[in-house]
Amino acid sequence: MSGVILQMACVAGLLGLAVLAIFLSRAKGATAVIYSGTLVVSAIALIGSLRWLLGDTANAADLTLPIGLPWLGAHFRLDALASFFLVVVNLGGAAASLYGLGYGHHEQAPHRVLPFFSAFLAGMNLVVLADDAFSYLLCWEFMSLVSWALVMAHHREAGNAKAGYVYLVMASFGTLALLLAFGLLAGPAGDYGFAAIRAAQHTPYAAALVLILMLLGAGSKAGLVPLHVWLPLAHPAAPSHVSALMSGVMTKVAIYGFIRVVFDLLGPPTWPASVVVLFLGSITAVMGILYAMMEKDLKRLLAYSTIENIGVIFASLGLALAFQANGLKLAAALAFTAALFHVLNHSFFKSLLFFGAGAVLTATGERDMDKLGGLIHRMPFTSFAVLVGCVAISALPPFNGFVSEWLMFQAVLQSPDLPQWALKIMVPAAGAMLALAAALAAACFVKFFGVTFLSRPRSGAAETADEVDRYSLTAMFILATLCLLAGILPGPVIDALSPVTAEILGSAMPIQANEAWLSIVPIAESRSSYNGLLVMVFIAISASLAVFFIHRFASHALRRGPAWGCGFSDSVPAAQYSSASFAQPIRRVFGALAFHARDHVEMPAPGDIRPARLRIELHDLIWEGIYAPIVGAVAWSSEWLNRLQFLTIRQYLSLVFATLVTLLLVLAIWS
Amino acid sequence: MMSDILVQTVQMLLVLVLAPLLTGFVRKIKARLLRRQGASVFQPYRDLLRLLRKEVVLAENASWLFRVTPYVTFAAIWVAAALVPTFATGLLFNWTADLIAIVALLGSARFFLALAGMDVGTSFGGIGSSREVMIAALAEPAMLLIVFCMALIAGSTQLSTVANFMASSYVGLRVSLGMAVMALIMVALAENARIPVDNPATHLELTMVHEAMILEYSGRHLAMIEFGAFLKLLLYVSLIACVFLPWKIAVFGAGPLAYTVGAGAYIVKLMVAGFLLALFETATAKMRVFRVPQFLGAALMLGLLGTLLLFVSRSF
Repeated sequence: MSGVILQMACVAGLLGLAVLAIFLSRAKGATAVIYSGTLVVSAIALIGSLRWLLGDTANAADLTLPIGLPWLGAHFRLDALASFFLVVVNLGGAAASLYGLGYGHHEQAPHRVLPFFSAFLAGMNLVVLADDAFSYLLCWEFMSLVSWALVMAHHREAGNAKAGYVYLVMASFGTLALLLAFGLLAGPAGDYGFAAIRAAQHTPYAAALVLILMLLGAGSKAGLVPLHVWLPLAHPAAPSHVSALMSGVMTKVAIYGFIRVVFDLLGPPTWPASVVVLFLGSITAVMGILYAMMEKDLKRLLAYSTIENIGVIFASLGLALAFQANGLKLAAALAFTAALFHVLNHSFFKSLLFFGAGAVLTATGERDMDKLGGLIHRMPFTSFAVLVGCVAISALPPFNGFVSEWLMFQAVLQSPDLPQWALKIMVPAAGAMLALAAALAAACFVKFFGVTFLSRPRSGAAETADEVDRYSLTAMFILATLCLLAGILPGPVIDALSPVTAEILGSAMPIQANEAWLSIVPIAESRSSYNGLLVMVFIAISASLAVFFIHRFASHALRRGPAWGCGFSDSVPAAQYSSASFAQPIRRVFGALAFHARDHVEMPAPGDIRPARLRIELHDLIWEGIYAPIVGAVAWSSEWLNRLQFLTIRQYLSLVFATLVTLLLVLAIWS
Repeated sequence: MMSDILVQTVQMLLVLVLAPLLTGFVRKIKARLLRRQGASVFQPYRDLLRLLRKEVVLAENASWLFRVTPYVTFAAIWVAAALVPTFATGLLFNWTADLIAIVALLGSARFFLALAGMDVGTSFGGIGSSREVMIAALAEPAMLLIVFCMALIAGSTQLSTVANFMASSYVGLRVSLGMAVMALIMVALAENARIPVDNPATHLELTMVHEAMILEYSGRHLAMIEFGAFLKLLLYVSLIACVFLPWKIAVFGAGPLAYTVGAGAYIVKLMVAGFLLALFETATAKMRVFRVPQFLGAALMLGLLGTLLLFVSRSF
């Protein structure tokens, strides 16, 4: 069976499961049936796409279905790029289904989740497979709408209705931008097939417009600053395994759309495009993680950190554009591989972390970090898996996040070869921004893990939490293992990505399988190389040596005692460092600029017995600067237009007459 | 092959042996500059041995992470220190990690230490951790620009290659290198919690960053962490020495004589660096914690300027 037919059969299976779920969802055991169904189908689709990616991808397989536009039909095609993103989608889908097998039992309203869950998986698969603009947009809208339904699953909870509304508005805006982009791409001839678009010539003006529209369309779905506002609202509102899919996978589908259009359909890039993408990417990375640092809600923090990672991916893509535009093929392949590697990595650790947040939510019913703490004692397995995710997302060796970050920095180091001065100056600055984002990510995840899982419990719920079920744990441990494997064996992953880079850029990184000791060598060994496996082995050996000598020669005595309180022990758990106090130094250093942050201390006068209070003032400048004025303008104009409803018949008639005269005048002047 | 393994092993043991000595030397010089007698240069070894013999007092709610962290931190720093060329380039496992990876390894160590600071749930641990990650967030971009500047000159981030290149006669005197070395020294001071960023000798919890973070540690755990801190100081000195002062460093495949000379030169470099560090620390005062951003911002700007100057000088 050809690859694309297998994938389409899986999609049909998922859609069938969605229909089945509608009828079944109120029945007992529906959760188990549907999630095992999606698990099996996703696993088949995963194996199919993986085989396609690793095997023979030269002859693209396509499929045309007699639906969609009558003269066009619906085209679906499986190539290397699509198969890579299918791997990401279906791996995330399989993990989320496995997690859902356990987590889904706590769901209050399964009939609001189950049908949409498998339809959502089908939608994401379809977007990646689509091979003409019409099917692409249709599938994109299907994916958006179904995910909107999932965001609204718990619509009675405070804030979720607003989240759903903002998401719907931003999604429509994004689709509008995509619609215009594809309109421009198809040109006056109006051939919407991707093959025809790829073959056509695009004027520089049209290409620039398409790039901007794609940044708006795909960027709003992926979460590029300043189009990210819906993401921290909508992702946390959905059930946790769906949050994982939205953050870990759906944003990647948006990136797929960006790559497909800008790298594949639009023809050879120009260097100014790369400046825009690089700039937006690095700003997004830093702003996203600063927002995350200020957050105390577990899932919102993760959603903001997704924005950071999207920024990192876009910055790498911008680098790839810059190198490609200047014909530096090898460097372009390096930057592009870094971007794809980070796509894969982020889908691993972000899903893992959302699963962890879901487990905490199940165990305690709390998403607010300041009411958690000490969970490492109560939930040892969850906390271990989440710790792995935290280390990986903080880009620390020997885990996978570091490898993609390292590849990206290696690409940054290639920038002196670029001829344009703007890029020469910008790339090192962007590199510094990305290093800042990585360091802030480490700070953020020290806070995430430290406040939630370490320290003393800050509430009764955290004190009495219990470990979650085995399905959830299995899903988390599988992802944690993948984080480690991709970190210590990056060579095979890079080799698996080379067909994709070869297809899109016409060049690929050197094959890494030939390197000794499973090292990765992007350009030449004298320039740079990294070996995650040996780093891990060395750390393991040195740590074991240290442990051996300590246990052989040092004292074994150990006594438990109260913590050192410097003479005054703060026995109240609420007096511990909270998420806001942990963020204070960074808030003071960066927040004054990024959020106009101010700390107000209200100290009562001597003799007054009121407690002293610390109030933190934070402004979301992007919301206040861009969105609030737009919302205000819409409200004002609708208020004003509302007057039209209460006119007399004479006024209506004169209005009609005036309109007629104006239109006739316009016509007269026009012709 | 045998000699490769030998050199690598010698290097791994050498950094272990010399690290406490360097700290002891710095302390001795500082004491002498203040006209005090000062403890012997071997005092850090005695401190470590004493700590090893003492019992561990563990806070009641300390988790397994708190007990594992000293070993993980020590191992990560030791591996990093073993990969920076000290007396010879062309170490056996040099290609395992380049400078970016070495810096990231130190980042892993710091990540776990910061987590351990949060573990017990006292305010001192929290204040130390949160300030430590702030300093790291400021130091990391500066460090990347230094790496960038250096890689631009040497065409590599691989420390052996860089050291070989810097030891050759192609380099000459460059303004960019001067800026990079200044920036690197500033980053190194911040990373090692030295004056003016942090005070390693203070005993007032609220003024400390690194020491506040590890306040709950005792006994053998504290010994491992202290040893890690000694190693880190040595690592940064070796890094600065091998990149900017590769004088007499033994190149790959040289004879035993060259290795001996290299080792001698290395010890001389350590002494000079230790003396300068002590002199600098005696002459300056610790700055307020929220002045650190300006200090590290200067390092960042120096790195950026160095890089841009290179571009300018290259294009003409």
